[in-house]
Amino acid sequence: MAKKTFWAAFVVVGAALLLVGYGLHADEFTDQDEERWQGEFMSVVTEGRALWGSPALGTNGVACGQCHPNAANTHPETYPKFQQQLGGVVAFRDMINWCLMNPLEGKKLALDDKQMIALEAYATYERRGVALDPGKH
Amino acid sequence: MTKTNLNRRDFLKGAASVAAVSAIPLSTVELAFADPAKNFTFAYISDSHIQHIKGSRFVNNWDRGLIRAVAETNLLQPKPDFVMFGGDLAQLGTKPELDHGAEMLAKLNYKTYYLLGEHDYYLDLGEYWSELFGPHWYSFDHKGVHFVVLNSILTFDEWTFDRWPTAEQRMLEMAGLDNPNGSPFMVGEKQRAWLAKDLSGVAKGTPVVVFSHSPIQKIYKGWNFWTEDAEQVQALLKPFDDVTVIYGHVHQIQYNQIGNISFHAVMATAWPWPYPRAYAQAESHMPKITVPMNRADPFFERDATGWQFINLKTGRVDMEYNLKNNTNRTVAYNPNTGRPEDTRYQAEDDRITPQIHY
Repeated sequence: MAKKTFWAAFVVVGAALLLVGYGLHADEFTDQDEERWQGEFMSVVTEGRALWGSPALGTNGVACGQCHPNAANTHPETYPKFQQQLGGVVAFRDMINWCLMNPLEGKKLALDDKQMIALEAYATYERRGVALDPGKH
Repeated sequence: MTKTNLNRRDFLKGAASVAAVSAIPLSTVELAFADPAKNFTFAYISDSHIQHIKGSRFVNNWDRGLIRAVAETNLLQPKPDFVMFGGDLAQLGTKPELDHGAEMLAKLNYKTYYLLGEHDYYLDLGEYWSELFGPHWYSFDHKGVHFVVLNSILTFDEWTFDRWPTAEQRMLEMAGLDNPNGSPFMVGEKQRAWLAKDLSGVAKGTPVVVFSHSPIQKIYKGWNFWTEDAEQVQALLKPFDDVTVIYGHVHQIQYNQIGNISFHAVMATAWPWPYPRAYAQAESHMPKITVPMNRADPFFERDATGWQFINLKTGRVDMEYNLKNNTNRTVAYNPNTGRPEDTRYQAEDDRITPQIHY
């Protein structure tokens, strides 16, 4: 019995310590952490910018940036939104895929493909500071 | 020439009462004039960006834009006196692209003039383009109007001659519209000296129309909607009563009035470009009087592309935008306000939702 109590107390204290420890740890990010996270993000933005200007995503040499300099007129802040021609409410990634398949005459990317995330990161970054406006046309 | 021009201007005074002519269908324009010999029109096709894939393959979308513009221009009634091609025939300035584009333009049934865009120029500095189309800048007179054709896409010598290891890289760096490694367009000292000399023989009452690839005004430097020495070129045009600058490069409807100079941009046959205001990270200076083209719907391949039919009946420009998937637009010089105005949408209340860009 005493042994059981001991183990129960051990588990409870242990769990509490873990929770407290975890909580404390989450608060303890530093400027260096933020710098690293921003660096990681910007490296993907940079990769996205390179892809945006690259003919490699399609088959006809056309690149996203030919029609969308600085990713302008892509309006990532308006997604998800209803796209009549795509048959419903779609995400920004679905529209990127439409462009890859049509003007670029290429294949669509998986929605979680690293290249897709990079393209989305770049276009969204170029639109930073603009208020979210989902559904807007 | 001065005498001819005086006659022309007298005629124009008489014609002022038919200013509403721009609103009638193209096919009846000619009937409105007592002396059809004084009335003339021309067509303007620009920015076709013919893009070579490899072998005999070219990007079909851009091909279709130019083929259609040529076919429609050939159907014009009344027939235009000539056609101007406004630059960027090619995407990367290669012989296959320029040859393919030249072959399509050769099907035009009219005398055709050409000017250089940066996409035609920065591979071999316009050498092959010149073999096909002639000098980089020149002027000509037509029915009492003095036309000037500029190469406005030159830039600093250091950028052109010393910065890039290969001609191909130089071309690619200039081809990226938003590329920070690019360089501002300019007419340059040598050509300005030529222009001053060319204009010195022209009577101040002669209507002058300038064709350039870049706007001879400053709208947004980041995309080269810009000419670095715009003010110096404008100063050379200032002594003339009626001056119009028509430019390509921007792939969108723009128009402006600076002093005595009216500015009109033309559409691309290839693809539309966003208005600079759509780029949230930089300031730009779109002419306030411009009523924008409709926002492009990418699901219509030719939407927000087109070509132009231009009436010069007053020595000023009536610009009819022939748009593939939208209602045509007309931007005409309004002698009462002294500036170009859209004949249908100019007033704030008359604009439609797709003309709002954000």
